[in-house]
Amino acid sequence: MSFELIIFYFFSAIMVAAALRMITAKNPVYSILSLVLVFFTSSAIWLLLEAEFLAITLVLVYVGAVMVLFLFVVMMLNINIAQMREGFVRFMPVAIVVSLIMIAELVLVVVSKELSFERESNFVSEMGNTHALGQILYTDYLLPFETAAVILLVAIVAAIVLTLRHRVQTQSQNPAEQVKVKAKDRMRIVSLPSEDEKKY
Amino acid sequence: MMSYWYAIPELYRDLFITSVLVVVFLLVLMGAVAYVTFAERKIIGYIQVRIGPNRVGPRGWLQPIADALKLLTKEMILPRKSSHFLFRVAPVLSIVPALGAWAVIPFTEGVQFSDINAGLLYVLALTSMGVYGVIVAGWASNSKYALLGALRSAAQIVSYEIAMGFALVGVLMASGSLNLTDIVNEQSGGITHWYWLPLFPLFIVYLISGVAETNRAPFDVAEGESEIVAGFHVEYSGMGFAVFFLAEYANIILISALTALLFMGGWLSPFEGYAALLSIPYIGVHLFEFFSLLLKIPFVDVLLGAGPHWFLIKTSFFIFCFLWFRATFPRYRYDQIMRLGWKVLIPVTLVWIFVEGVAIAMQVGPWFD
Repeated sequence: MSFELIIFYFFSAIMVAAALRMITAKNPVYSILSLVLVFFTSSAIWLLLEAEFLAITLVLVYVGAVMVLFLFVVMMLNINIAQMREGFVRFMPVAIVVSLIMIAELVLVVVSKELSFERESNFVSEMGNTHALGQILYTDYLLPFETAAVILLVAIVAAIVLTLRHRVQTQSQNPAEQVKVKAKDRMRIVSLPSEDEKKY
Repeated sequence: MMSYWYAIPELYRDLFITSVLVVVFLLVLMGAVAYVTFAERKIIGYIQVRIGPNRVGPRGWLQPIADALKLLTKEMILPRKSSHFLFRVAPVLSIVPALGAWAVIPFTEGVQFSDINAGLLYVLALTSMGVYGVIVAGWASNSKYALLGALRSAAQIVSYEIAMGFALVGVLMASGSLNLTDIVNEQSGGITHWYWLPLFPLFIVYLISGVAETNRAPFDVAEGESEIVAGFHVEYSGMGFAVFFLAEYANIILISALTALLFMGGWLSPFEGYAALLSIPYIGVHLFEFFSLLLKIPFVDVLLGAGPHWFLIKTSFFIFCFLWFRATFPRYRYDQIMRLGWKVLIPVTLVWIFVEGVAIAMQVGPWFD
């Protein structure tokens, strides 16, 4: 068994175990941390395929940003586990259908002759995965790439607009106004007759 | 003996040598971390007109070793209602990224553990993972203060990572590479060719977000001892507590080393372009005499040339800045931190990336031609 194979089986075993743990864990925080482990090990397997850019981006985007926000939300939720389990039997048929469709899709991808798993040329290994991806994304696929970026932007704007509420009682500060304040806006100097003069 | 050694396949021999080097390097790094804590106490002491620790060893120089022994021998208490597994794992999660990122840091031309093409991305990915230690610690402790600290820290790190990422985009635009060695070599040509000058706003943004990423003062609301006791590590004691501190200081050294590499020319010497000075009328002649006298002293040419000592000096300077900030600035309020990150730093980086793009298109010299 070659060294690469040992590494592959090592990470695959951890990945499968973590994926199982993710769907069986009772506590959603454990589920998310297992999912993080799945992402991490799959990134290691991508590294074995010499797809260094994709592997590092997977860690950077999913592990470093997306899952942190997931964890952030889940930690704040007060989840009633008993309530979550109620619908288990009722939704079972739907879940089975969905998973069957997904399995069928995966099998079709693996079996199909369109996709060959041979490396087509040394195109990638000659100039590096990062360079090759950049070259393709910004020439042949520029329009789809930009379209994807705009769609993401629209999604962000939509999410912000949906949650934006102007509440009257919030005590937010406006730093621009705070900076503009002069001493005379806050303090009034009043001249009063001194106490001594009144008495005598 | 040697024949046994060569009987091992080359791959495993390399693996063995690399592992030994990694262990040696980690020991050196841990020693550096211990003495950064000492430096912090001494420097802040002198800034506040105190002496700082001076009891253990000559002038207090053995203080970090005494601290380490104390923490090692203390009991690690597990809160009863905490999540025991995650509680133990959290310190490990916070220190591993801080150490792992050193794999791609070049100390001088060709001296690094792994020379990968996407080195800058690798560093960014690993530093972004440090937040898990904090969040997991805060959640596993099952304590209100710890959870509040974890939430503050998570929001802060995710926000400042964006500004940091954009600052790095500026560096990779200027150098045209993600490889750290290439980035340093692109900056060759003396102190004015280093990226701090053409990318000055990005340099400042990177330094500020570096301080925020490491949860250091004035951005240390995750710890916030006056509001939430000690934030995410309230429940930790003994070695668990010590590992969080090791991670924090290892991160400070890492961010300082990265700032030195990306904006300050890494191992390059600031006097590299001094030949240009000699052409200045009147002063040039005297400078030439001065330099020719100076270079007669042995080793001066080695010291003035590029080498790992410059990298060390620059890194130490930024570490000093971290300690200096802590002694100087009062802590930010939480909403002010968020405002600074999203409404000040990110727009600044976006504007400067645009300016830089125009400069590259116009081939403005001497940096972008």
